[in-house]
Amino acid sequence: MAVVAGAAALGARSARSHVITFDGVTKRYADGTVAVNDLHLEIPTGEITVLVGPSGCGKTTSLRMVNRMIDASEGKILLDGVDVQTIDPPTLRRGIGYVIQQAGLFPHRKIVDNVATVPYLLGWDKRKARTRAMELLERVGLDAGLAERYPFQLSGGQQQRVGVARALAADPPVLLMDEPFSAVDPVVRADLQDELIRLQNELNKTIVFVTHDIDEAVKLGDRVAVLRVGGTLAQVDDPETMLARPADDFVREFLGGDRGIRRLSFVPADLPLRGDLTVPIDAEVSEAAGAAASSAVSWLAVVDGEGRPRGWVSTEGLPPAGKVADLRLLPYGTFEVNGGSLRSALDAALLAPSGCAIAVDADGKVAGVATREELARATAKVAADGAAQPAPAEQAAQSEQAVPAEGAGRG
Amino acid sequence: MDEEPLIRWDWIGRNWPNIQSLLADHVVMAVLPVVFALLIALPLGLASVRWRWLYQPTVGVMNVVYSLPSLAVFIVLIPVTGLAERATVIVPLTFYALAVLIPAVVDGVASVPAHVRQSAVAMGFRPLRRLVSVELPIAVPVVLAGVRVATVSSISLVSVGALVGRGGLGYLFIDGWQRQFPTPIVVGIVLVVLLAVAADGLLVAAQRVLTPWSRARRAA
Amino acid sequence: MNWLIEFFTDPANWSGSSGIPVRLLEHLEFSAAALLLSVLIAVPLGLWVGHTGKGALFVVVSANAARALPTLGLLVLIVLLMGVGTTLPVLIPLVALAVPPILVNTYEGIRGVEHDLRDAAYGMGLRGGQVLLRVLVPVALPLILLGVRVAAIQVVATATVAAYVGLGGLGRYIIDGLATKDFPSTIGGAVLVALLALAVQLMFTLLGRMVVSPGVRPAVRERLKAG
Repeated sequence: MAVVAGAAALGARSARSHVITFDGVTKRYADGTVAVNDLHLEIPTGEITVLVGPSGCGKTTSLRMVNRMIDASEGKILLDGVDVQTIDPPTLRRGIGYVIQQAGLFPHRKIVDNVATVPYLLGWDKRKARTRAMELLERVGLDAGLAERYPFQLSGGQQQRVGVARALAADPPVLLMDEPFSAVDPVVRADLQDELIRLQNELNKTIVFVTHDIDEAVKLGDRVAVLRVGGTLAQVDDPETMLARPADDFVREFLGGDRGIRRLSFVPADLPLRGDLTVPIDAEVSEAAGAAASSAVSWLAVVDGEGRPRGWVSTEGLPPAGKVADLRLLPYGTFEVNGGSLRSALDAALLAPSGCAIAVDADGKVAGVATREELARATAKVAADGAAQPAPAEQAAQSEQAVPAEGAGRG
Repeated sequence: MDEEPLIRWDWIGRNWPNIQSLLADHVVMAVLPVVFALLIALPLGLASVRWRWLYQPTVGVMNVVYSLPSLAVFIVLIPVTGLAERATVIVPLTFYALAVLIPAVVDGVASVPAHVRQSAVAMGFRPLRRLVSVELPIAVPVVLAGVRVATVSSISLVSVGALVGRGGLGYLFIDGWQRQFPTPIVVGIVLVVLLAVAADGLLVAAQRVLTPWSRARRAA
Repeated sequence: MNWLIEFFTDPANWSGSSGIPVRLLEHLEFSAAALLLSVLIAVPLGLWVGHTGKGALFVVVSANAARALPTLGLLVLIVLLMGVGTTLPVLIPLVALAVPPILVNTYEGIRGVEHDLRDAAYGMGLRGGQVLLRVLVPVALPLILLGVRVAAIQVVATATVAAYVGLGGLGRYIIDGLATKDFPSTIGGAVLVALLALAVQLMFTLLGRMVVSPGVRPAVRERLKAG
């Protein structure tokens, strides 16, 4: 399968420019252990490629061979067509951003000087390097007041942001990130992941990202490469395709049990919305009963004066008189009408006793209601698409098209 | 001088009983300070762990004591403990050993991983029981490392006491110098070093017996 | 106490070749020479061993063995064999005493720098020498300075013993006093040496404040973390 995935990528070569190419790369240690085995992989420019797999799959080794922290035993790694083996390691590394797990900040230097490390190495003048560093601190969402502090005075999440800023300091086109977020707690990790997505939307770097966390891989990756123990490539695809069509049992198992649901994150919620299933909160109960009767439903979404959702009401057993406001409001969920994923719509439906999802616009105003029936129809369509197995070449072409949709799914 | 060999073996033979008694005296003066210091450092170090504010002043005082030259302290003590008495040597060496052992005890207890301590608490150990059966055993390697340093330094320092009339094997240095005769000096140096190596070896062996788990870890 | 006052107020002790200023200067002179020589030997060696990992076992074993060497014995033996003509025979045992703590601390300091830090430094494109000088040395500096401080204090204290084989320095008051049963001189000399050792200790504390980055200074880190 590794060969097939590699071939698929090679087939698409003419279509995009590849910044990093692994060409039959093997890393064998003196004691005979093989960390990476005949790896063929194309890392496209301007995208995040995630290397993911269990420990011992050679993902970190593969990453570290790019900036020659480790040298390959066989095969070649090309950076913009140039064999990295022909470039002097320090020179090579100064042109590649590098972020590691514990950030690895220099404890004896202030934050601003940490960020300016590579510019100093490249011989920029001090003022220019520091100005650049301040810019980057702001860019990664850190307060300028932290610049004069020392690393030990920052939290783990802040240190990791500094680590990213430091890697970006000399504006390298390529960024290598080795499990950068795995040492922080889940809440901070989610923040850092969102921040990276935001940054990437502005910067369009070529990023190679190593993680053992498949959820992180699916969230961040434009493309995901799954490696298996022994250092062979199991599959490389965009996350949606991978979730829909894992190459083999190993990938299927690695993706986890709920990949069907997770895949819906990548499907936009293009659902027909109904405008007749809402009732204003200041309406009379009798009006609500009339609306329900004419639409032949037993639930209505209650909307306040500003158009925001307030809850669901059951139209069965309504009192003869009174206001809608006096009725018992039941819980609800919403999804964004532009850019929301099918998964978020389904989630919204599961939160409400009505089984329907309320669509809202960017301002949080109700745009309509997606019914159970429409949700069921949409998920059934996704399931049908996933079942149809196209040929590998087509698969690669589809990955290409899936990228914008996936970008929208994140928003 | 030119004809004088570095070592005259016959001198050693003739003076062997004397050398033996110097060696015994040396051992007593070197070992007692470490034993006393350990007896004092354990409660003091544990108190410093229990009450953190005690640690800085204790270590501060010990640092000052440690920086005092041994010869100077021997001399200042002469009016109190007397010239050529064992106590004149043992008292200052006890302080030097303390300066090494108090931080060793504190570091040793601090070396107990937080998760181990917390699981001991969670399982219901009371503080004293926890100290004796969990924390102290884990602290043994660090404390023993301190004991090794203190013992070796103590063995080497005793000889300075010869200048105030009681230095165990150090007497051989004075004797050799006064008679411009290298044999006793060489014998003294060799015996002091051998004594230190033997003591160190014993302590390493003791550590292996006391902490079989750390041996396994080191091998891994 | 009276002895001490007597010693320090005697004008004869403040002038001439056996006066306190001259003795102090002599003492400082060969202490400084021994320390400088030791630093020049031990720091580069410690940096090299710590950075490359070569010869680590040799460093640890020889430093432990050197700690067992009795300085007094070494001193009298070397002076006996080489004569008192120069200060070199005195410097040898002092250097033998001072090298181990500097060597071990330098080596441990460099070796103890977190692996991630080295990794990050190389990963950003620092060359081997730059990693050593710009990252490892500044981070290991507190430990290296501690080694030099311990060595300095031992040298100052042991230089006293040099008076026994006829050298100058503050030890003269002690040794001569012992020989002539002049206790005011003996005790006065002992107090002077102790004061000098404390001054050296203080000087190194101040030096540490000046050259060690607040980012790696343990006391500062503790305080700022608490605050």
